Amino acid sequence: MADTKTIAPRDPAFVRAWDWLTETQIWTSIFRHTAPINDRNRVLVMLSNVFLHLHPVRLRKSGVRLRYTWCMGGISFFLFLQLTFTGLLLMFYYRPTLEYAYADIVSLREHVPLGIMREMHRWGAHAMVITVWLHMFRVFMTGSYKPPREFNWNIGVIMLVLTLLLSFTGYLLPWDQLAIWAITVGSNMARATPFLGYEGPGAALLALGDVRLIHAAADARFALLGGTIVGEGALLRFYVLHCVALPLVIGFLMAVHFWRVRKDGGISGPL
Amino acid sequence: MDAIKDFVDLLANPQVFFGATFGALILIVWKREAFASNRWGWGLMGFLGVFFLFGLFDENFQLIIGKPDNVPIVALIFLLVFFTWFAIREGVRNDRRIAAGEPPIEKDEEDRVWTWPDLVYTELIALVVCTVIIIVWSIGLEAPLEQPANNANTPNPSKAPWYFLGLQEMLVYFDPWLAGVVLPSLIIVGLMAIPYVDKNPKGNGYYTFTERKAEITIFLFGFVVLWSSLIVLGTFLRGPNWNFFGPFEFWDIHKLEPLTNVQLSESIWVYGFGRALPEHWFIREIFGLALVGFYIGVLPVALAWKGLTKYYEMLGPTRYYVSVLLFLMMLSLPIKMLSRWVFNLKYIVSIPEFFFNI
Ligand code: HEM
Repeated sequence: MADTKTIAPRDPAFVRAWDWLTETQIWTSIFRHTAPINDRNRVLVMLSNVFLHLHPVRLRKSGVRLRYTWCMGGISFFLFLQLTFTGLLLMFYYRPTLEYAYADIVSLREHVPLGIMREMHRWGAHAMVITVWLHMFRVFMTGSYKPPREFNWNIGVIMLVLTLLLSFTGYLLPWDQLAIWAITVGSNMARATPFLGYEGPGAALLALGDVRLIHAAADARFALLGGTIVGEGALLRFYVLHCVALPLVIGFLMAVHFWRVRKDGGISGPL
Repeated sequence: MDAIKDFVDLLANPQVFFGATFGALILIVWKREAFASNRWGWGLMGFLGVFFLFGLFDENFQLIIGKPDNVPIVALIFLLVFFTWFAIREGVRNDRRIAAGEPPIEKDEEDRVWTWPDLVYTELIALVVCTVIIIVWSIGLEAPLEQPANNANTPNPSKAPWYFLGLQEMLVYFDPWLAGVVLPSLIIVGLMAIPYVDKNPKGNGYYTFTERKAEITIFLFGFVVLWSSLIVLGTFLRGPNWNFFGPFEFWDIHKLEPLTNVQLSESIWVYGFGRALPEHWFIREIFGLALVGFYIGVLPVALAWKGLTKYYEMLGPTRYYVSVLLFLMMLSLPIKMLSRWVFNLKYIVSIPEFFFNI
């Protein structure tokens, strides 16, 4: 009698390779659990990954539907990340001085092979302004600003203003005619700030005897531009605001915004 | 062909343009049942598409639409029309269900789904689609770069970045301290106040129109009619010297617009009483000041007493006064526009001595 031995069919090579890989110490040190193919792991993946942890583990069905959210908040955030990344690359090439600014943009166009970073940054910025507006629009139309989400709506409004300011400060940096005149038109408004602009109503009241406290070289516009015209001072100020200050602030607010979306009970739905 | 273009140019003039957008809003809100149909939605989009295609064959139209920085505003027009239609449609659909005693669609979608895979994959797809769009857009359209900055050479027209062109358009009607500082600040304050003055508990977390008639109409008026349509006007229809130009019109630097605007004080003292303007600014402007005082100080109180009593009782004094004041501020723009168009009114109060013009 011959021995009969049943031989289990061997797994294909790539399955074996995968099994081997996922059991190495390196792999298990990075991923604390196996793929999210069962409910337990679907919970674990959300809890153990810091980025995914911004999400809840489960959410309302309407919350994942385009019909409800238009995905506009998510797209705004994605565009912000995209802008941070392309902006970082642009910073390698761009120097914010009267001498170099324009020339650097020209060489970016002429000497960088396949260079579309400037385009991606500019069109991404325009797109973000639009998506943030549409996001606000949908939040309004679904009444999602109502209690308990009042505060998050306000964070949103501040981020909306910051988005516009980011775009506005960035507009100056190419230092071409389009840039300085757009900023000139925009910043001329500050001249008319009540009390604090030298052509604003009430500014004449702020005087010590005959000495006016608010004049062309000491008013709201001057503080914005670091000068009486859009010049060297303005370029540096706008650069620092654009590349450091505003992105940091809006980044912090986004963290708060997302956190509050979760803490306020997830994406809104009928009570 | 030219007749059509001339006709469109005529329709695009600020009075008609603004009137038509406002009229469209009223119609949409009033006839929303019909507007919510797919036929209307796609019809509108198709109409816009055909209009822009048609326009692309025109040299002047091309010049203004084709400016690289203006491309996003073309996209904005399409997106805004689409999403306005879409939001109203979803509202109407839910309203029908509510009227039939059913819960809104969102209630049926209350069940929870797993973030992984449902949401994470949706996000991944959105990310890929967005990346593709941005890359294609970036390859296809070069970012603009004009001559190096030159403080001595002012372009005509000088325009702010496009998202501020609604504000720049307001400069036609208001002085910079209002158009550039006070009103924008009030827009921000007003947006922030929304969740605190709106006490209507209904319509939280689902699309609806009927349950939030006033809120939605006011918001659409502010966002679509005032903010967005003025951006479109400021971008596409304002040329040299901030003169109006139709979409098919050549931007002629020498186009002259008659400037016949008068101050309220002039029309009262000079044309009304037939005498010279008084010396002192206070007496000269007394009527304008009284009018503004009435608008801000008396009207809200009067409305609480008669007209908006319902809201006064519903909201209580603080919420009522905050929202009515903000609303009146918003209305001040169309009021100023109308009085300019109808009476050639320049300023209601004009005290150049203090840079104080309203
Ligand atoms: C810088 C821009 C912004 C980013 C990146 C952002 C991101 C997000 C994201 C990802 C969500 C989750 C749901 C969704 O995608 O719709 C969300 C929800 C929300 N956002 Fe924003 N947002 C921004 C600006 C705003 C603005 C301008 C407002 C309002 C004025 C706002 C108010 C809200 C509110 C109230 C929610 C909760 C909505 C709900 O629960 O249905 N956000 N935001």
